[in-house]
Amino acid sequence: MSTPTKTVKGSARSGRSLVILAVILLSLIVTAFIQGASSVRLGLDLRGGTSVTLQPRASNDANKITSEAIDQAVNIIRQRVDSIGVAESEVTAQGSGTNRQIVISVPGDSGRRVVDLVGQTAELRFRQVLAESAGIASVPDTATAATPSAGVSGDINSRYAALDCTIPANREGTGADTPAETIVACSREGGAKYILGPAEVLGQQVSEASAGFDPQSGVSWFVSLTFDGEGTKAFGAITNRVTSLQSPQNQVAIVLDGLVVSAPRINEAIPSGNAQITGSFTQADAQDLANVLKYGALPLAFDRGEVQQVSPTLGAEQLSAGLLAGILGLGLVVLYSLFYYRGLGLVSVSSLLVAAGMVYLLFLVLGKTIGFTLTLAGIAGAIVAIGITADSFIVYFERIRDEMREGRSLRSAAETGWVKARHTIVVADMVSLIAAALLYFFAVGGVRGFAFTLGLTTIVDLIIVFFFTKPLVSILSRVNFFASGHKLSGLSPTSVGMNKTKTIPAAPLEA
Amino acid sequence: MFKLSGLGGRLYSGETSFNIVGNRRRWYSISAVFILISIGALFIQGLHLGIEFKGGSSYTVNKAGISVEQARASVSDVGIPGEIIVQKIGNDKIRIETGALTSEQSTAVETALTQTFGVAIESIDTQIIGPSWGKEITKKALYGLFAFLIVIMIFLAMTFEPKMAIAAIVAVVHDVFITVGIYALVGFDVTPSTVIGFLTILGYSLYDTVVVFDKVRENTKSVAAVGKVTYSQAANLAVNQTIVRSANTSLIALLPVGSILFVGAGLLGAGTLKDLSLALFIGLAIGTYSSIFIAPPFLASLREKEPAMQALAKRVAARGNAPLVDAEIKSSARPSIAPSTPRGPRNQPKRKGRK
Repeated sequence: MSTPTKTVKGSARSGRSLVILAVILLSLIVTAFIQGASSVRLGLDLRGGTSVTLQPRASNDANKITSEAIDQAVNIIRQRVDSIGVAESEVTAQGSGTNRQIVISVPGDSGRRVVDLVGQTAELRFRQVLAESAGIASVPDTATAATPSAGVSGDINSRYAALDCTIPANREGTGADTPAETIVACSREGGAKYILGPAEVLGQQVSEASAGFDPQSGVSWFVSLTFDGEGTKAFGAITNRVTSLQSPQNQVAIVLDGLVVSAPRINEAIPSGNAQITGSFTQADAQDLANVLKYGALPLAFDRGEVQQVSPTLGAEQLSAGLLAGILGLGLVVLYSLFYYRGLGLVSVSSLLVAAGMVYLLFLVLGKTIGFTLTLAGIAGAIVAIGITADSFIVYFERIRDEMREGRSLRSAAETGWVKARHTIVVADMVSLIAAALLYFFAVGGVRGFAFTLGLTTIVDLIIVFFFTKPLVSILSRVNFFASGHKLSGLSPTSVGMNKTKTIPAAPLEA
Repeated sequence: MFKLSGLGGRLYSGETSFNIVGNRRRWYSISAVFILISIGALFIQGLHLGIEFKGGSSYTVNKAGISVEQARASVSDVGIPGEIIVQKIGNDKIRIETGALTSEQSTAVETALTQTFGVAIESIDTQIIGPSWGKEITKKALYGLFAFLIVIMIFLAMTFEPKMAIAAIVAVVHDVFITVGIYALVGFDVTPSTVIGFLTILGYSLYDTVVVFDKVRENTKSVAAVGKVTYSQAANLAVNQTIVRSANTSLIALLPVGSILFVGAGLLGAGTLKDLSLALFIGLAIGTYSSIFIAPPFLASLREKEPAMQALAKRVAARGNAPLVDAEIKSSARPSIAPSTPRGPRNQPKRKGRK
């Protein structure tokens, strides 16, 4: 069957394939090394942490769920989560278009606070400033000296005195400021603290807000806002009342999430319902403030879909269980391959090991490049993939045996069997890939992790079969141990089940 | 000689053969019975849905020496609405499941548990699922399922033949029904992990079917031109030729899945690993069955209806060597009669070999 020239070509091709694989593996190792990726990024279910999945819901007819609104919400939530200051917190939207969920994950124990923070739809409110001072805790006796205007209870006063806005916890924002009460609050940056009167204008009474640039006054950004009917009346009333008061009581604070975003001074009564906030804004400041005014807190309301809190203990337990299952699974498959395919089993074992190495390197590199995290479901996906990977070897080996049953030599069977097995393997892996891709696009959270590793390992399987297993078999088919059909090679006439004396390739049904 | 590897050779040559395609009515009836039972179980008992689907909260306390009664008393005192399910997992874990709670109620439950058992709040593993969440993920799972079936159907129709795509999908739907039926019948919990398992099985079952169909296509390519055997017989040979591979594949796929199940159920008690691997384990077994006993026979049924294939069947019968075909399919169980029956030439050398 195989002419000498063919064999030489085949051998060169096998060598080349192995070199290509080595280059791929090496470049992965180098990339991982350059990135400084030394360990796989673990998901929250493996190291402990909190994840919250929010389902967007249109709160009224006016604000529909749009893709932009979701992006906006992600940004606002991200700011809130970042304010807690836990490293590696993540806020992402999963899914496609308007059918997306927002997933917030915060590692470690501190994640518990996130649940309270993001679950509430915070409100935007306008309150009169009653007192303002630097955001540090005052010494008790000076606090009494600085007693602000009447109508502030002693309780509020002492809370105001004790409030230290340099403590991050005080800048988290409660989102639960009762509109009718006088409150104490920090500014968003923590530089100032306030006593604020009851809310007089609410966020939903703002009908329009935008950032603008005034060329006449030089480099100055401003925010203009328009109120609806009720808002116009209320805003007119508060501005009319405070404008003649002394500083700081002539200021109106814009309060979001219980934090003062801005506290502009009111220069004159504004009965028209159109106002302009000026100050030393940068473009980003102005746009941020405009967004806050326009959307209140979040552009959408959210249903809390799922909250999951995993303690580090359980995380560690799940990780070790996942690894144990992986090692056990791989071990059993290795044992079975060796038992059933003998010498040929070594090919599948080494292929599996190379595949495992490659998957590990990809986990490392992808963790750095696209933020891939390995979850428990992901580990399960990789373990299931051991079966799929091993199967491509079985398809190929069985094809080789089929060809040998037709009377071919191993050398020729390895080539002709490959041509036929290749088609089966590619089609079967495509089905697997389609399954993984669809799972990935249609699912949330854990399922995505599973689909991703399943898809990734299927691609690795294709690479390994083409660039490792096939060339290795081609090379081994020239080694006497296999070619002569040694008892332990897995290709002896008895294990193939063919008749030694049969020389004519006889299989009429094949014709 | 009766070693598995030897069997592979005999199955390949057609010397030993299971008449799988020929007995298709039998497999159809068996599956029909199972599907009916499944539908019945689904309607009567329904699926036992996890809290992810129906909304609710679960709290796992991890401490040695705590009892179910303590936990139940502690949570009952909080006064939350709905049923409370308390389970012991492993030696030192208690899992408490409640209905959907507000975030205040949830905090109250956690506080009660920390006080009763003297554990830190961080060490309680909680999962809170909103009431509308289940609908959302059910919707997603169904979208995923339909998209999968449609895309795969188009893909297989393009790679193979349209009728192969239909047969493969029929086999997959069959798998889904029976797996879901088993879940309803036994009352295993259905969680999102179970759903992942289901969807993966679909992929796996199809993967298996693809490998068998690839061989069927090869064997039946020129079946009409040669005119020696009918489509069903050629397909049956293909099934037999891939049986060893199917058995191997299924075993090799079940080994890792089995180890996940062992570790997940045995060591962790409950959760993602157990739910996922249980669905996979059941589904793999059924998927293997359908890729051998349902998909190829169904394909043969479809193809045999074609005029060309019916003509072929007539031609094969008219040649009068129907006994030969029969012998090919059933003979090897009785090797002693072999010499006296008129047999095809291709069986001759093999008899020599078996001496």
